[in-house]
Amino acid sequence: MALLTKKDASLITDPLADNNPITIQVLGICSALAITAELKASIVMAISVLFVLGAGNVVISLMRNIIPSKIRIIVQLVVVAALVIIVDQVLKAFAYELSKTLAVFVGLIITNCIIMGRFEAFALGNGPWKSFLDGIGNALGYGVILVIVGFFRELLGSGTLLGFPVLGDPVEKTGLYATGYENNGFMIIPPAALIVVGIIIWVQRSRNKALIEEN
Amino acid sequence: MKKKLHNLKEKYKGKKMAPAFNALHTFLYMPNETTHSGSHVRAADDLKRTMNTVIMALIPVLLFGIFNAGYQHYSAINGFPADFSLFEHFLTFDNFWIGAITVLPLVIVSYGVGLGIEFLFAVIKGHEVEEGYLVTGMLVPLIIPVDTPLWMLAVAVAFGVVIGKEVFGGTGMNILNPALTIRAFLFFAYPTWMSGDKVWVHQAVDLAGTPDAISGETVLGYLAANKGAEFSYSISDMFLGFIPGSVGETSTILILLGGLFLIFSKIASWRIMLSAVLGSLVMGFVFNMVVDAGWITETSKFYGLMSLDFWQHLIIGGLAFGIVYMATDPVTGAQTNRGKWIYGFFIGFISVMIRVFNPAYPEGVFLAILLMNVFAPTIDHYVIRGNVKRRLKRLKNATIFPKDTDNKAEELKAETV
Repeated sequence: MALLTKKDASLITDPLADNNPITIQVLGICSALAITAELKASIVMAISVLFVLGAGNVVISLMRNIIPSKIRIIVQLVVVAALVIIVDQVLKAFAYELSKTLAVFVGLIITNCIIMGRFEAFALGNGPWKSFLDGIGNALGYGVILVIVGFFRELLGSGTLLGFPVLGDPVEKTGLYATGYENNGFMIIPPAALIVVGIIIWVQRSRNKALIEEN
Repeated sequence: MKKKLHNLKEKYKGKKMAPAFNALHTFLYMPNETTHSGSHVRAADDLKRTMNTVIMALIPVLLFGIFNAGYQHYSAINGFPADFSLFEHFLTFDNFWIGAITVLPLVIVSYGVGLGIEFLFAVIKGHEVEEGYLVTGMLVPLIIPVDTPLWMLAVAVAFGVVIGKEVFGGTGMNILNPALTIRAFLFFAYPTWMSGDKVWVHQAVDLAGTPDAISGETVLGYLAANKGAEFSYSISDMFLGFIPGSVGETSTILILLGGLFLIFSKIASWRIMLSAVLGSLVMGFVFNMVVDAGWITETSKFYGLMSLDFWQHLIIGGLAFGIVYMATDPVTGAQTNRGKWIYGFFIGFISVMIRVFNPAYPEGVFLAILLMNVFAPTIDHYVIRGNVKRRLKRLKNATIFPKDTDNKAEELKAETV
């Protein structure tokens, strides 16, 4: 017996490509714009959302039959807030510098549309195992875009990757900088993330014409 | 030759490379096909003719920019000539040569990269190459500093043409002026090459830190730093253009002549130009009043630009160039006549405002025009709604036919009153 049935596997793979939360559903954009200037911050953000969404989906799914529907949003908020505080405290304890870079955006995972969206759309109507897979899948879909955007923004904007100077030293003029190359300051500012996300959406839709909406 | 090309065109018809070939073909000769059915308009001013007229208006500015590049270079080294004579100090071969080796590569890279991308998109999408880039490609070298590295220009042009124009559907569909998108990209991506006192004079960056170091700050730069007393350029220097600045922006008189040429050939809108001039004068005048009232003291960082005589804003920096060649872009500007007045007025108004209030951006013209490009459709929308409303009112007072109770129908009829 395979580890995952075909249907279960699609819960993970769909959000990675044709049902991506950022490029197709256009959710969770604001954190994608704000923290992707560095690859490291993108990866940590992706892992945080992975944890919050995976665990949150399971908790909500387990409670789905006892939550009165009138107060379900409040219950969901309590669950996600509790998980976010765990993430925040762990980051402060083990990666203080990074938690300062991410600043308010870890706290703002609470308001990330992807999380509330998956709670509402999936966890409230499905069992814990399926909800877990769905949470992981969507968080990975979000994370993949974050990492791609973070990769290009850090490489072109600062000439580094995860803090390592891969293109040489801009002050000493070594490596690529010896040829007159310079870092692109535009990539550091948040509007650049919007354009990079836009280009990803463009590439994705020109590869898969079925995604193009009628208007 | 002509016949051969016509035959070649027949051969390439329907092939993938056809658009690229047709573009070259119609650039050189008139197409040999005629319309066979339906009515057709005969007019001399097709898109290509329109674009060429603008380029003709830009040629004097470009030539002046070439000579000025050399003049600023030698003046920064030897000092400005005490008794300036046009032929001895300005229109010399040395000046021309410096200008030619610095400005012409900018023109070539701008056209090469931009047209390359246009051809590429035409071939991929299977439409004809549009002429929109002919003007953009000439504007771009004129609005950047003379020593801009060519690879930066290439990157910026690629960005501007793809993100600023092609993603919206190509020529005629773009929201933002492509030339200004390119400049904005350069400005935010490589700010050290777009501002400061080193970039406006050829070789100033290379010589920085050596005993031969030279520099040339723009008039706006001096004023923004509150050092209005330190530059030696007279009003006539500023008007005629013998000052440092982007390649083509310095000579107000040639820009003015180009503008008149565009107005008389009915290519550019005189409403936008006039209202933009008015807008900048009003803003400048308000700032002058603020200074006269004593609300701003000499120690304020805004004093330098605020106390500048209001009309002098027009002869320094890129305001004149922006008003004449950029704001009047028929694609990105307002389309209605009343909209043009509003659109132009705010371009002048906001340009001067950015100049004064943001010393980090001594030149705000390109930002002001881009901002108003974004608002142009909104302005047009409200102008048209206002017109409909006025006609509705006229309809209500008229007693030509019985009034409809249905509002929708009334609105439709109002358009025809």
